[in-house]
Amino acid sequence: MNGIHDMGGMQDMGPVRPDKNEPVFHAEWERRVFAMDEAIDGDWPGGAGRYQKELIPPAEYLRMSYYERWLRGLSELLVKSGIVTQSELETGIAEGGNTKGRKVLSAAEVRPRIAAGFPSTSKVPAVAKFHLGERVRARNINPSAHTRLPRYARGKLGTIERDHGVFVFNDSEAQGLGDKPQHLYSVRFAARELWGSEAPPGDSVHLDLWDDHLEPA
Amino acid sequence: MTTTRRDLLTTAMTAAGAALTPRLADAQQRTQADDHDHQVVPSDPALRTKALESVLVAKGLVDRAALDALVDAYEHHIGPRNGARVIARAWVDDAYKRRLLSNATAAIAELGYGGEEGEQMVVVENTGQVHNLIVCTLCSCYPWPVLGLPPVWYKSAAYRSRSVIDPRGLLKELGLELSPDVEVRVWDSTAEVRYLVLPQRPAGTEKLSESQLAALVTRDAMVGIAQVRPPEARA
Repeated sequence: MNGIHDMGGMQDMGPVRPDKNEPVFHAEWERRVFAMDEAIDGDWPGGAGRYQKELIPPAEYLRMSYYERWLRGLSELLVKSGIVTQSELETGIAEGGNTKGRKVLSAAEVRPRIAAGFPSTSKVPAVAKFHLGERVRARNINPSAHTRLPRYARGKLGTIERDHGVFVFNDSEAQGLGDKPQHLYSVRFAARELWGSEAPPGDSVHLDLWDDHLEPA
Repeated sequence: MTTTRRDLLTTAMTAAGAALTPRLADAQQRTQADDHDHQVVPSDPALRTKALESVLVAKGLVDRAALDALVDAYEHHIGPRNGARVIARAWVDDAYKRRLLSNATAAIAELGYGGEEGEQMVVVENTGQVHNLIVCTLCSCYPWPVLGLPPVWYKSAAYRSRSVIDPRGLLKELGLELSPDVEVRVWDSTAEVRYLVLPQRPAGTEKLSESQLAALVTRDAMVGIAQVRPPEARA
């Protein structure tokens, strides 16, 4: 989706201001949104949370703080999936129980679950379509749904620098269309290929792209 | 202005749901106390969050103790000190450094770190000839096990947009001017691989212990927007 979230290469977005003593959370509600998003056993596919945030209308997306987007994305997924109703969200009063039988994460399970993580590598065998050192072109595609191929790299020439192995294909997974496992590569794009002849000659941008994002140069 | 809006919402929410009333004053006070000056937080997310949590708890979908444990993990246990230990180890142990650069996930796990948002790690090394910078232009991907949750600037539109098209200009504004001879490599975390920069060990630190070295390593240096400075430059 050519949405506002695909920001690479946009200009005039203002200064970057690191804060040396930044707290992990800036308000109590941020702590709770983060934790609820992590804890909830949603019945949506992996990556759907991220896709849902991309669907926030552009003007709102830019106005919102980071955890406001999390709150919006989580609330919408909960309502869409029928786990919570819109009226419950509006009143703060539960009208029913855990009717969909979702699993409840316990405090004791938190640290082991963080340590295990949610690997997106796949054991499904897949043949690599490209080899190290091969010149490739990022496909010029404009899918209307979730994609990990940013606009700024589409149609550009790059070189396969590393084969990460077989991974779940997020473009497909986030829409509930299945894992579609395939090889994932680190692809080097010269800054001049991406941004033109005024870019410094030796500089580069490296993107992680899947077989389906690439074609032979 | 903010207070007026908060009051209006409080009134609306209180009218809508009596069950919420006892918690609202509490939520309001904490929001005001925790507001941070570079992120003006409107009151409505605080109230909506409170409503959502009340509903999820009442419906038996989340356990408040688990929410507290999640917050505690990322507020007090999983942060950039983990990454700093990895970097310091690589500086003092060449064999470890080689393992870190060839199989970062396994080498980081040797120090006990790994898991969520760091299931597949790659470490890129800064040298006199190469400077690396990490970004996620599409979202906010960041190596949680070694750096914790990402700071506001990393998630900002400004950083996500500019880091790929003008990394040198951006770094210069942040006080890091790179020679034209140094190659800049930007790593856009578009998939589920997470990146960490191995910064250059500063000169004059030969006598420091591994833990003293770790104390020098900053989050910003491990993302690539800064270099690690020697101790005398830090006073």
